[in-house]
Amino acid sequence: MSIETTAATDLGVRWHEICSLKSLSRERGAAALVAGRQVALFRTFDDRVYAVQQLDPFSGANVMSRGIVGTRGDVPTVASPMYKQVFDLRTGSCLDPVGKEPHSLQTFPVHVVDDVVSVGLPGGQGAG
Amino acid sequence: MATDPTPRQLVVVGGGMVARRLVDALRSRDTDGRWAVTLLCEEPRAPYDRVALTSYFTGRDPEDLALGGQELWDDPLVTLRRGVAATAVDRTEQTVTTSDGRTLPYDSLVLATGSYAAVLPVPGKELRGAFVYRTIDDVADLRTYVEQLRTELGRPLRGAVVGGGLLGLEAAGALTALEVGTTVVEFASRLMPLQVDDGGGEALRRLIEALGVTVRTGTATSKIAGRLGRVSSMEFADGDRLDVDVVVFAVGVRPRDELARESGLAVGERGGVVVDDTCATADPAVWAVGEVACIGGRTLGLVAPGYTMAEIVADRLLGGEGTFPGADLSTKLKLLGVDVASFGDAFATEPGSLEVVISDPVAGVYKKLVMSDDARTLRGGILVGDASAYAALRPMVGRELGGDPAAYLLPEGAAPAPTADLPEDATVCSCNNVTAGAIRCSVTDRGCTDLTGVKACTRAGTSCGSCLPLVKRLVTTELEKSGVTVSNALCEHFELSRAQLFDVVRVQGLTTFSEIIARHGLGRGCDICKPVIGSVLASLGTGHILEGERATLQDTNDHVMANLQKDGSYSVVPRIPGGEITPEGLIVIGEVAKDFGLYTKITGGQRIDLFGARIEQLPRIWKRLVDAGFESGHAYGKSLRTVKSCVGSTWCRYGVQDSVGLAIALELRYRGLRSPHKIKLGVSGCARECAEARGKDVGVIATDNGWNVYVGGNGGFTPRHAQLLAEDLDTETLVRTIDRFLMYYVRTADRLQRTAVWVEDHEGGLEAIRAVVLEDSLGIGADLDEAMAGHVEGYEDEWAAALDDPEKLLRFGSFVNAPDQPDDTLAYVSERGQARPATESERSGGGVLIAGTTLEVRR
Ligand SMILES: Cc1cc2nc3c(=O)[nH]c(=O)nc-3n(C[C@H](O)[C@H](O)[C@H](O)COP(=O)(O)OP(=O)(O)OC[C@H]3O[C@@H](n4cnc5c(N)ncnc54)[C@H](O)[C@@H]3O)c2cc1C
Ligand code: SF4
Ligand code: FES
Repeated sequence: MSIETTAATDLGVRWHEICSLKSLSRERGAAALVAGRQVALFRTFDDRVYAVQQLDPFSGANVMSRGIVGTRGDVPTVASPMYKQVFDLRTGSCLDPVGKEPHSLQTFPVHVVDDVVSVGLPGGQGAG
Repeated sequence: MATDPTPRQLVVVGGGMVARRLVDALRSRDTDGRWAVTLLCEEPRAPYDRVALTSYFTGRDPEDLALGGQELWDDPLVTLRRGVAATAVDRTEQTVTTSDGRTLPYDSLVLATGSYAAVLPVPGKELRGAFVYRTIDDVADLRTYVEQLRTELGRPLRGAVVGGGLLGLEAAGALTALEVGTTVVEFASRLMPLQVDDGGGEALRRLIEALGVTVRTGTATSKIAGRLGRVSSMEFADGDRLDVDVVVFAVGVRPRDELARESGLAVGERGGVVVDDTCATADPAVWAVGEVACIGGRTLGLVAPGYTMAEIVADRLLGGEGTFPGADLSTKLKLLGVDVASFGDAFATEPGSLEVVISDPVAGVYKKLVMSDDARTLRGGILVGDASAYAALRPMVGRELGGDPAAYLLPEGAAPAPTADLPEDATVCSCNNVTAGAIRCSVTDRGCTDLTGVKACTRAGTSCGSCLPLVKRLVTTELEKSGVTVSNALCEHFELSRAQLFDVVRVQGLTTFSEIIARHGLGRGCDICKPVIGSVLASLGTGHILEGERATLQDTNDHVMANLQKDGSYSVVPRIPGGEITPEGLIVIGEVAKDFGLYTKITGGQRIDLFGARIEQLPRIWKRLVDAGFESGHAYGKSLRTVKSCVGSTWCRYGVQDSVGLAIALELRYRGLRSPHKIKLGVSGCARECAEARGKDVGVIATDNGWNVYVGGNGGFTPRHAQLLAEDLDTETLVRTIDRFLMYYVRTADRLQRTAVWVEDHEGGLEAIRAVVLEDSLGIGADLDEAMAGHVEGYEDEWAAALDDPEKLLRFGSFVNAPDQPDDTLAYVSERGQARPATESERSGGGVLIAGTTLEVRR
């Protein structure tokens, strides 16, 4: 099986192999350490994998991976487990700020090749 | 917004309630900035809610009396001058002189100086210990005096209020709240002579005396006597005397019309600045509003007509044509906890009036309606003791009631709600002069979809609040009519309400989310519908909440069976049924907390909460607890939390039943029961109610003959007392009653609806629920019993089960590629000997952090 999910451009991206696809459960998230950096991975029902920052911008805690995965219309979403703000998993933009000033999430490119999930960090980030 | 380059100057004198309303109304309408306003406030604070003054004694801060927000004073076109009085007005020059020596020019001047509290002209009125009751400073002085004197004398104090009107009873309430033994002295032959008739006065006296206040009517005060310059007693015209330490005068008010007098404006016979029905004085640049205005030949001592005047002047300043429609002197008050309302022609002064009176001296209720001679048109009325019909009746004054007037006087709850035919122009909110039509229109034309929106849009219900029940009913009716119908749909994925979903899932025997959403929903679900279905499936006993696809449905806490805290760590609560725990059990919990560096705190539900556990530590912590015989406390679930109990007849001298035994049995019976919201129970061993059971969803209180059971209580944001469901039940009947009550709730309540609201919203209310639970009126009793039996039998400890399943334990890894590595951003400091999360500044300051929960000892 080879599935790819990636953000717009791979230019200048440094890829890190993280885990196997099957170690992620469908419709839930998991935290990962990508070159020392906390990232939240989500595997949706269609076996796409998305990566966003693990830091919840509203609470300041590293918890995004523990939120509920769902959809708003066709948009795959995650709801913060802390104060329930809803984010677009593809772009990280905040769809429901629950009455607060919206903050978005940083997203990371992901690709899945031969059951191995890799996350890309922008050039120069991580690695060292 | 085009701001006028040189706005005209408006000076408002008197920072009271009416002045504030004027400034507010003007600023919200004067979008072009035609007027710049200066508000002179003699009192050292911004306008506050004088009507609520007495609440200062029930623990409210002066700040809580603030009216509206600070925004108004931040407006660049508004200047608020606190602690500055106007001392003179020069109408030729159009200037105002202020107490701080300035001269302000004005284009328009509004006098809103209110009233002085009148003092009886008797000897001794200036002694220390004699007070009036008008401002925050007055009540603050009164309180300080009483508290100091009590300490000094070392005995309870006695006090008197001179005047038994609205204000006098307010003041009596204040003295009572200060624990001063109080006598109310009224010159007239009854209390509140201006609002109620003899019958109402008598009912009021009985109610007030029952609260421990002495009432002396028909009594004239002739002298206040003192010792050492301090009030010591008072003397009456009939020769009697009364020892008192403090006297409050509440004998009416006198308009503060001196600025008008001195500048040559006309004042009324009994004071007050004379104005016409547009609130204008003879000088076109000077207006008067509120209590100081003498309009239609008299001054008006209520806030509602003052607000109307403020709106008129704001309107006129902007070129409008508003006139004063005449005052509605209707009042509804809660004095010393007693409801009093009077409205319309309460004294039947119009010729040819009929009176319908219901008087129940035992219950302390007196109700009178004044009707036209054909008994059809309502003219006015008086309600004492139970004023619940006020909101519905007041707008009907001058209109045909339709039906038997006496029906409106039946006890609370039984009164009909004549909202459907309430005419468009009937005033619903008299404080803010809002008609039924305006409220309906805010829903139909202005897009308001709930009570909060309607309040913001029309101001209805934002002052005294007495009209709120009626406003709410109008809004609901209108919403339903316009089809905006308060939709029951759960979210974009399900059209069904939680109760409907529960039914289809149960009847069709569905067990997975995929099936349910495929058959009854749309799309893939979200954070709203997934937890609801997770909970429904758990209530129906479909197995472990983290099994397979069900794990994807669980909300934040359920998903790891622990409570998420602000920093991303969790707290852990083992079950301690009934709050009973052995010393060995306590030691185990203590050791676990110590070994994992957890912060411990006793909860309100009589158990112990361990904070600061990292996600990857949860299985190891639970392993220790489960091995020692503990099980999940479901503190994380919308499910049974605890059954709190007092120590009961086993130890307590007063106990009549074994409350601990029952509490443990109930907790073990309902543990793990998933429900629309959390459920708490309580059991007290006698009527003293030490377990505070009536603050719970289900409260049980022991009687000599068995148990009384109460339902629908809760603490939290809107605390409620549980209401009596059944009395003197034996234990078996009690358990069956609770079984059915809980199961019925689990099946039919809305998402996140606690029992209190569920009972309230249930068609037919508590009565109907009682019929279902006790008389099986729906014929579902056996079904509910069976469902509960199934729950009890199927119970397993979620944590023990998870520990046995390596698959489930995988979700507790901190990182998918480093499952044991702690989140290195968690940081703790030590406080009172325990760890707590470091604050932002402690983190950035560095140095103070302790290792905290990372120092665990593995065994
Ligand atoms: C305890 C209590 C309970 C009440 N309960 C109710 C109730 O339940 N329902 C109801 O309708 N009404 C009630 N009232 C009456 C209600 O509070 C008044 O009708 C209302 O406050 C009048 O508002 P106002 O702005 O005209 O005057 P005020 O609120 O008296 O304000 C006038 C302000 O002007 C200031 N002032 C006066 N002269 C000057 C000057 N020369 N320069 C600068 N400032 C000046 C005064 O210091 C005062 O702050 C109650 C009153 C009290 C005291
Ligand atoms: S409620 Fe009654 S039995 Fe229970 S502790 Fe209090 S006094 Fe004792
Ligand atoms: S009648 Fe007072 S707020 Fe509506």
